[in-house]
Amino acid sequence: MSIDRNKGENMNIIVCMKQVPDTTDVKIDPKTGTLIREGVPSIVNPDDKHAIEESLRLKEKFGGTVTVVSMGPPQAIDALKEVYAMGVDDTILLSDRAFAGADTWATSYTLGMGIKALGEYDLIFCGLQAIDGDTAQIGPQLAEFLDIPQVTYVKKVNIEGNELTVVRALEDGHMTVKVPMPALLTAVKELNRPRYPTMGGIIKAYREHETKVWSASDIEAEPANIGLEGSPTQVKRTFAPEPRGKVEIIEGDSAAEMVSGLVDKLKEKNVVR
Amino acid sequence: MDFRLNDEQEMIRSAVRELALNDIEPIAKEIDAESRHPAETIKKLAEMGIMGMMVSEEYGGSGSDAISYAIAVEEISRVCGSTGIIVSVNNSLACYPIEKFGTDDQKNKFLTPLASGAKLGAFGLTEPSAGTDAGSQRTVAQKEDGHYIINGSKIFITNGPVADTLVIFAMTDKSAGMRGITAFIIEKGMPGFSIGTEEDKLGIRGSQTGELVFQNLIVPEENRLWDEGRGFSIAMQTLDCGRIGVAAQALGIAQGALDRSVQYAKERVQFGKPIGKFQAISFMLADMETRVQAARYLVYSAAFAKDNQKKYSKEAAMAKLYAAETAMDITTKAIQIHGGYGYTKDYPVERYFRDAKITEIYEGTSEVMKMVISRALGL
Ligand SMILES: Cc1cc2nc3c(=O)[nH]c(=O)nc-3n(C[C@H](O)[C@H](O)[C@H](O)COP(=O)(O)OP(=O)(O)OC[C@H]3O[C@@H](n4cnc5c(N)ncnc54)[C@H](O)[C@@H]3O)c2cc1C
Ligand SMILES: Cc1cc2nc3c(=O)[nH]c(=O)nc-3n(C[C@H](O)[C@H](O)[C@H](O)COP(=O)(O)OP(=O)(O)OC[C@H]3O[C@@H](n4cnc5c(N)ncnc54)[C@H](O)[C@@H]3O)c2cc1C
Repeated sequence: MSIDRNKGENMNIIVCMKQVPDTTDVKIDPKTGTLIREGVPSIVNPDDKHAIEESLRLKEKFGGTVTVVSMGPPQAIDALKEVYAMGVDDTILLSDRAFAGADTWATSYTLGMGIKALGEYDLIFCGLQAIDGDTAQIGPQLAEFLDIPQVTYVKKVNIEGNELTVVRALEDGHMTVKVPMPALLTAVKELNRPRYPTMGGIIKAYREHETKVWSASDIEAEPANIGLEGSPTQVKRTFAPEPRGKVEIIEGDSAAEMVSGLVDKLKEKNVVR
Repeated sequence: MDFRLNDEQEMIRSAVRELALNDIEPIAKEIDAESRHPAETIKKLAEMGIMGMMVSEEYGGSGSDAISYAIAVEEISRVCGSTGIIVSVNNSLACYPIEKFGTDDQKNKFLTPLASGAKLGAFGLTEPSAGTDAGSQRTVAQKEDGHYIINGSKIFITNGPVADTLVIFAMTDKSAGMRGITAFIIEKGMPGFSIGTEEDKLGIRGSQTGELVFQNLIVPEENRLWDEGRGFSIAMQTLDCGRIGVAAQALGIAQGALDRSVQYAKERVQFGKPIGKFQAISFMLADMETRVQAARYLVYSAAFAKDNQKKYSKEAAMAKLYAAETAMDITTKAIQIHGGYGYTKDYPVERYFRDAKITEIYEGTSEVMKMVISRALGL
């Protein structure tokens, strides 16, 4: 059965959102090999804001609902409150001690089970990648788990009937893909400019809205598939690569002098002859 | 006692800060240089619900508390004092009196568009010969079957040249003195209402300040705010609320100048080290930080009193007095720390310095604040 969006039929959109530390260069504790999170404020993963913005725009155009799901510790509620204040309809936090230590496989499984527990959907939006974990694996793995088509690096979305026309941002150009719904998309920053949370939205987020918190048993997750135990990845060592080489600044009174200095250096290193 | 903002207030700060950095700061220098009303920013502020923060949702507002409102004005002014006062005037001098003293009809008609930011508001009390002595109004409103005919003028009206809806004051009964003053809501385009001279100012140049001229301006009776003779009381209560806004503006200007100074002190190298390593500079910054924080507590405590339905006239006066003097002190020192560079338009502290001064003047001068405070002491 095909849906006629032109008749204003509703879209149910689910966005996966991760709360991340507010820094683009995450520091790793050289002793323990884990991320240093102390003293770093938490924010909504930037790509996910683009996913939420696009979902809100689709909802404004076609009607429907936007539900945001996050897996994380209880403090991820702050990030969910923020996106609620942007205008999403509902927020769900998948939180359970048993989820801790998940790698991307276990994270995708958990999010997938949470989404299954939510029921019917037309579209799932993820960010392209999280600024801390940075793997860009969750979106694709989640689509595989749910057995739905996926399009990554999405910078433009159009909907006609039950079909999405999606433009992907690639390094050397772009690619237009048509895909039936339900589907999973991963958002890049070129997609849109996210709206700010509104004052009224923030006030409602704290005074009225309640994020639903679901545990492993609420989403019927297999204990063997979640958290550290459900993670096939074994981390041997994480480390910040040693900075290599030295920067040399070539000085001179004129551009010509500096260029000839540079050419000499390059010759010295056999880069040019 | 709890000195912590709640999570809601913290999120309001970070949301406004984000908007301020992304959308307000980049054009702050330009609107100052061109004396231009930043209509595009006001639209964004409206979308975020900042133009009618404390107004109830029923009338298009955000339903926030006064502390959150102060935080919003502070964060905006931290990057642009002009935008700070445009917001403050709309919220506390236009929305506030209509919500507090207006009828349901007046609220539906005038408050909702002001609070949602669809329209911009202004407040016209000051006249050429009625400044500090606001009670000596010369503008007159004469009642004639079903309407008033208003003649006179107002000067120095913030947002005046660009406002859609204005709360103004006029004498309905000259013999009654201050008890003969009545408030009215007027709209742009009403026959008999025009904008006169626009001021060429030292600071807050992105905020438009102008003269309102009334020549046989006919205002329907339904536009009268509260009863005849209540105007002075409306003005004084409105200014109490407004002073929280101006105090927050001053606080933001001070904080912004301090932010710049700390950064500059870390970067500017003389005698082989950053100037912040010289105790003369680092101690000056320590004093500045302390003073700004003291001002912040005064501002928030005035807002806190308002939120708790306490009398806050004295608190608002103390907050405005101290925050305004702090803004002057901090911006002066900020230029000192920046040396010659700070005296040029290449660095924003020059603009902060010019913007700071007005906070000691409008919505009651510092001398008036001392009158309010000393009267509260029974003097
Ligand atoms: C080898 C390895 C070991 C790890 N070990 C640990 C560990 O021991 N403890 C630990 O806490 N973490 C650990 N992590 C981090 C954690 O597994 C990842 O952060 C998580 O699986 C998401 O991957 P990512 O951050 O790379 O997200 P990406 O795949 O880059 O994210 C893409 C998008 O997926 C969605 N998404 C990602 N994560 C979530 C989420 N939690 N909720 C909702 N949506 C989400 C968002 O839309 C996001 O934009 C490990 C990661 C790796 C690679
Ligand atoms: C940029 C700008 C924007 C403004 N916006 C608005 C607005 O939106 N709406 C509005 O209605 N007005 C507005 N005003 C007017 C402002 O509120 C008045 O300028 C202010 O109240 C002072 O009045 P005045 O200028 O007539 O000074 P005066 O009253 O003439 O005061 C001159 C000096 O005498 C002092 N003084 C006066 N009386 C006493 C006294 N009894 N005891 C001790 N000292 C005294 C004052 O403190 C001051 O130092 C604005 C002014 C400016 C410059």
